[in-house]
Amino acid sequence: MPQIRNVVIVGSGPAGYTAAIYAARAGLNPLVIAGSVTAGGALMNTTEVENFPGFVEGVQGPDLMIALQAQAEKFGAEIVFDDVTTLDLIGGIKTVTTGMGVVHQTRAVILAMGSAYREIGIDDEKRLSGKGVSWCATCDGFFFRGQDVVVVGGGDSAMEEATFLTRFANKVTIVHRRDELRASKVMADRAKADPKIEFAWNSAVEALEGADKLSGVRLRNLVTGGESVIPATGLFVAIGHDPRNELVKGIVDLDEAGYVMTKGNTTLTNVPGVFACGDLVDSRYRQAITAAGTGCSAALDAQRWLEDVEDASIESAAVAAQAN
Amino acid sequence: MSMIINATSDSFKAEVLESPMPVVVDFWASWCGPCRAVAPILDELSTEYVGKVKVVKVDTEAHPDIAMAYGVTSIPTMHFFKDGAVVKTIVGARPKATLQGQFDEVVGA
Repeated sequence: MPQIRNVVIVGSGPAGYTAAIYAARAGLNPLVIAGSVTAGGALMNTTEVENFPGFVEGVQGPDLMIALQAQAEKFGAEIVFDDVTTLDLIGGIKTVTTGMGVVHQTRAVILAMGSAYREIGIDDEKRLSGKGVSWCATCDGFFFRGQDVVVVGGGDSAMEEATFLTRFANKVTIVHRRDELRASKVMADRAKADPKIEFAWNSAVEALEGADKLSGVRLRNLVTGGESVIPATGLFVAIGHDPRNELVKGIVDLDEAGYVMTKGNTTLTNVPGVFACGDLVDSRYRQAITAAGTGCSAALDAQRWLEDVEDASIESAAVAAQAN
Repeated sequence: MSMIINATSDSFKAEVLESPMPVVVDFWASWCGPCRAVAPILDELSTEYVGKVKVVKVDTEAHPDIAMAYGVTSIPTMHFFKDGAVVKTIVGARPKATLQGQFDEVVGA
């Protein structure tokens, strides 16, 4: 008979690995399905993280994730670098199937799939992907040395990417739909003070120019309706994220924006034994530390739930024994 | 176990363009997270497809001239070469099953 696990954790960002640390220390022998190419989550594509508590001098995103993984493994969490293809979450024993065809059985599942980059949604974006259009400034900034690039977005990610790109680029133009930034003050001020960074306010990307590679970004001004073209060889898209809910759509309750809904102040979903944490549930804060926080909550909720189920089954066994 | 070959600006022509068998060239750099994520998968595939598909890596920091010649602006980029010409391109890391499908296609075609 195959092993029935206590808890399987899907995802390996700050939420998933923190859940793994807590579940492992509670003796639950958790299995983390970390993802074949997404292990470590969004922080793997960042550089300096300045706001994670405890790191006075900041910490490199990938270093933080490697440390969280090592900490989870130290307490006995098992980690596999594979992708979940299907989740069967209904009933007392749930099954988790991975890309390599391995089927895991488990009593509880913690969902920590995080979020995926949002695309602008224009045809040119796919056509010129890898030919100037990029979703990872830290990966690709190097290829735009001395060139003019555009960053789309008004949040912290956009500011971080723009500021990072000034190391290589000649000029960085930040295109934003509104006339003020959503980014935190420190990130916004840093970008605004940078002599290499310019802003195109109230503007949306309408189309991309260039046959084989990007040569310009066509903008529409959302106030005046006027069009303009910014010559650029690079376009970095940082307009936000969408929750990665594909595996649980139709099974676990989602809100209108697609985030997994949890009960009150807990990580419980509408499906018994299924818990959710991190950016998958959080449309509001979306920080590494808040993801780690709800990851901790999910492990504690799962632990309590497993204890309650065990108590209930001991009780019903006792009742049955008495009846005999 | 890996059968991966690291190409340089000097060896690229012989290793890739003049290769009698299909070649998958992985353009990467040390600072790129997704490149590190896909590297072990390419290691495995290089062994599994030995004799059928050659896997070659190009360090874009050391050899920017090759990256530039092939228009690489995002990494990882995997160019699939046949008889010296690019027949397929994948931009970004992919799960093993997806890459396997692409390897099979380039072997079969």
